[in-house]
Amino acid sequence: MMSFTFDTAAALLIVAMGGWIVIVPDVTRAVIGFIVYGLMLTIVWVRLSAVDVALTEAAIGGGLTGMLLINAAGRLRSARPVLRTDAPVRFIAALLCAAVSVSLAAVIFMLPSPAPSLAPLAVENLQQTGLGNPVAAVLFAYRALDTLLEKVVLLLALLSVWSLATVGFWPGLPGLRPPALAGSTLDFLARHLPPYGIIFGVYMCWNGASEPGGAFQGGTVIAAMWLLVMIAGMRRVPSIDEAWLRRSLVAGPAIFVVIGFAGMMVAGSFLAYPPDHAKLLIVVIEVALTLSIAAVLGLLAAGPPVPESRP
Amino acid sequence: MSGEALFGLVGAAVIGIGLFGLVTNADALRKLLAFNVLSSGVFLFFGVVARRGAAAGLGGDPVPQALVITAIVVAFAATAMAIALLTRLFDRTGSATLGDSSTDEGGDA
Amino acid sequence: MTVVLDALTVAAVVIGALFFMAGTVGLLRFPDALTRLHALTKVDNLGLGFIVAGLLLQTGELLVALKLAGVWLFVQLSAGIVAQLVAQAIVQSRRRS
Repeated sequence: MMSFTFDTAAALLIVAMGGWIVIVPDVTRAVIGFIVYGLMLTIVWVRLSAVDVALTEAAIGGGLTGMLLINAAGRLRSARPVLRTDAPVRFIAALLCAAVSVSLAAVIFMLPSPAPSLAPLAVENLQQTGLGNPVAAVLFAYRALDTLLEKVVLLLALLSVWSLATVGFWPGLPGLRPPALAGSTLDFLARHLPPYGIIFGVYMCWNGASEPGGAFQGGTVIAAMWLLVMIAGMRRVPSIDEAWLRRSLVAGPAIFVVIGFAGMMVAGSFLAYPPDHAKLLIVVIEVALTLSIAAVLGLLAAGPPVPESRP
Repeated sequence: MSGEALFGLVGAAVIGIGLFGLVTNADALRKLLAFNVLSSGVFLFFGVVARRGAAAGLGGDPVPQALVITAIVVAFAATAMAIALLTRLFDRTGSATLGDSSTDEGGDA
Repeated sequence: MTVVLDALTVAAVVIGALFFMAGTVGLLRFPDALTRLHALTKVDNLGLGFIVAGLLLQTGELLVALKLAGVWLFVQLSAGIVAQLVAQAIVQSRRRS
């Protein structure tokens, strides 16, 4: 009963925040509202018994996306003001969107019951993979191809972001500069938080084999620590053609693909694992992937290379 | 009404809100925000389907949950790319919208 | 014994929630950004401390208790520093305008 009260309150708050984000005139407020919205969603994910998703939403949806959006809102503040859409267009759009919402809401009540589920299959084969976390098993054993392609998508996005470099300045430094008011407090945080942050990231990746967690969540925390250190000016932003950077970006997917092809020879099909070594291979993949994910996410958040003289 | 049906309704409402924002905001950054809100509604839908598939001692069906994790990461990559494009557009033209929004064309994007 | 522990947990969490509510009232009613920042930072740390203290009474394992205390410490560290940075930014923007 009490949890239903909480669910209702959270539901109303989320819908209200969603509406506010879309309507409020000032973009900076909308972005901050979006970050709060992401954090409320994290709680909802926990209520839906999806703790891995909650971790990912908090780290990537709330944290990194929020950072990108706040940065963008700051840079675009002096953009030319925009006229609002005409009232008739807004009215018709509102009607049609309400129709979409209502039909989707009807679908919720028409979902088949008892609900079909792949959970029994997932749990049945869990022992063969040697993992304890079924979501990790889905990500790295049952649907490993999806995870590999997801990693490749991240790299492609990074290449697209890099391709927006200013002409004549390739290769350059991504446009992450220490802020003008960098003082001792930011230095203090950048000195004392990253060691613990890196331990958390490694712990989340390692523990993700048996408890909620995993390579993506751990890699995001490590990327956040790297970004903190770069923003505080403690480490210079690497130029995008540095060898160690490119090698760490490629290491994850490369190892994944190599293990995949080896699986073709040893166990019969691409990304099949031999049963006795499944856990070892999965752990190797996860470790390499965490490193690559940290590098990719950090660089995606750092943006395209810009000339040195830009403030 | 059970908890997950409630969150399913939230997902449906948020999809409609995000769609509305995507269509009626001319400012590209606000379109991006609305797109993210729309995506979160779709993820909530998946989450509800996963929760309803709770079986075999688990709290939810792990396959839709894994799909949502992948989707969150890919949505972040798309947002990062969109913001890079947007800031380049702003640097080159000084405006943060696509197309001409200073006439009466309304929702032209 | 568990009844006493449960009662203490509920009391501590309720006090923490009241602190958070007070912070929200401060956010809404205080006149300018710096005073609101002050209210929020103090209240977040204290409220979270009470909630963590309440939850500490519920676990029997040392490791979980250490993790909870660690959560509180890290939130204090980052929230305190972020508050200082925001305050610096506010003061600088006032100086400029």
